[in-house]
Amino acid sequence: MEALPQHLVNGLVLGGTYALLGIGLTLIFGLMNVVNFAHGEFYTLGAYAAFAALALADVPFLGALGLAILTGVVLGALTERVLLRPLRGESIDSVMLVMIGLWIAMQNTELLAWGGVAKSIPHPFPTAPLTLGPLGIAPLRLFVLAAALGLILGAHMIIHQTRLGRAMRATFQDPDTAALMGVRIARIHTATFALGSGLAAAAGALLGPIFLAYPSMGDLAALKAFSVVILGGLGNVAGATLGGLLLGIAEELGAGYVSSGYRDAVGFVIIILVLLFRPSGLLARAERIG
Amino acid sequence: MFIGLAALATAPAWLPSPYHLHILIMAGIFAILALSLNLLLGYTGQLSLGHAAFFGIGAYTSALLTLSLEWSFWAALPAATAAAAAAGWAIGRLALKLRGAYFVLVTISFAGVISLVSVNWMELTNGPLGLPGVPAPTLGPWSLRTKSAYYYLVLAGVALAWLVCRRLVHSRIGRAFLALRENEALAESVGIDVTRYLVLAAVFSAALAGMAGSLYAHYTRFVSPEVFLFTYTVTMVIMVVAGGKGTLAGPLIGALLFTVLPEALREATSWQWQMLAYGVILVLLIFFLPRGIVPTLALWTRR
Repeated sequence: MEALPQHLVNGLVLGGTYALLGIGLTLIFGLMNVVNFAHGEFYTLGAYAAFAALALADVPFLGALGLAILTGVVLGALTERVLLRPLRGESIDSVMLVMIGLWIAMQNTELLAWGGVAKSIPHPFPTAPLTLGPLGIAPLRLFVLAAALGLILGAHMIIHQTRLGRAMRATFQDPDTAALMGVRIARIHTATFALGSGLAAAAGALLGPIFLAYPSMGDLAALKAFSVVILGGLGNVAGATLGGLLLGIAEELGAGYVSSGYRDAVGFVIIILVLLFRPSGLLARAERIG
Repeated sequence: MFIGLAALATAPAWLPSPYHLHILIMAGIFAILALSLNLLLGYTGQLSLGHAAFFGIGAYTSALLTLSLEWSFWAALPAATAAAAAAGWAIGRLALKLRGAYFVLVTISFAGVISLVSVNWMELTNGPLGLPGVPAPTLGPWSLRTKSAYYYLVLAGVALAWLVCRRLVHSRIGRAFLALRENEALAESVGIDVTRYLVLAAVFSAALAGMAGSLYAHYTRFVSPEVFLFTYTVTMVIMVVAGGKGTLAGPLIGALLFTVLPEALREATSWQWQMLAYGVILVLLIFFLPRGIVPTLALWTRR
């Protein structure tokens, strides 16, 4: 059992980025009723943007992170305007199929652009772990955890402290009334998708240097984002934060004590069990669409 | 219509090479899959994105029974169909309480778990290496090893699947499916047992996918976790949506089109370009041809 604290720390690092992914997806899912299968591709996009900035253009690490987020935000806004706005009011299945199409198209574009060989993303941190008693953590992982927590906090601030956030929350509760109060729903949708995609790109840019960047990396990330959203409840940002941290820790413990081959099964099993037995998520609130 | 059927029946005689016959055999296997998905997506309106799981269960069941227990193909095929149907029943019972996005996510997760099991359960499935040497079926003294013989086997499979679908759709059960698709609350109010009929659709759908899996296993004579690839599910969805959801001819047209077209493009382009085109085509279909080819044509000819 002496490995337990170590597993918990590693789980927190993973969980922080899962939470970022989950917050983005839960906003899009909850507010726009869009099942965003392309979410993982924005994560991949973030990792490759960071790779391009760090390895090819020699941008400092924080700048690369910012650049990745910007890429995600811009492409997210563009996706919403071109693909999603014309389909508002269409059935959820049609929108879902369009997002699956986008997912496949983006992933194969990345494959064509960067090749199938995984890229390792350079970073300026020393590789020797910082040790604290029995605990060891690489400085890079510590930075990732801190940055993820900072971004989560930032997302909470945007949602709870700004005019945009208030309009988003109003749209989530009741789009018709919000529209009557002067909220421009179309703009809120663009902003929501851009924000969600930016957060996914941030997660990719943060986890990319720890693991590797490769074109299909987004598939697992999307799966994890969906399990986090379902764990936390639809449109529930606090739930997604908690769900992300829990999933990261559950995976670390599962891989450490059960079998690493089934590590990724944790996400699937969570989706199935939560949907079957507690479909409104762990932090249950009244709302549930579907 | 008759010309088309006659052309299909004599295809091995006039096709220029075994490669073309191979494409037609794959089109037949995918036609069964598309018919199977169409039962759920087209007639009851439930989108299953875990359909590759039933295909894979059928393929593995058939391969394992013939390899380890030395069953004949003719016993393994119904067993594979039954195994997939049982899985369809279990998933249907569990997941069909849910609708829309939630149903979709459970079906994807189910396929994901099954796929991970096929990779990790080494003793049973030989893991990522797969099961080579699945025997070709024999019919009395003849082996169906040749492409032209197998072609007729697959053609019979497609005909069987089509007849099952037609029989089902034109029965009371099929009308109940349509009623559920159009208005679930109303259907329930006139006494249609929603869960029972949806589970029934899932069972038939899974059974057909399992049959396709068995036919696939004994044709390629090799089964690996790749049979669970999400790409297969997406291909089925594209075939059904392009051909026309909720029609009997749509899945057949869609399957033929989306097997022949990629093969025709293969010489000119790489696999990545082909997949990229798939994604773009799916988006364009939803935007410009949401009903699919068959219903759109039917609408034109009626005018």
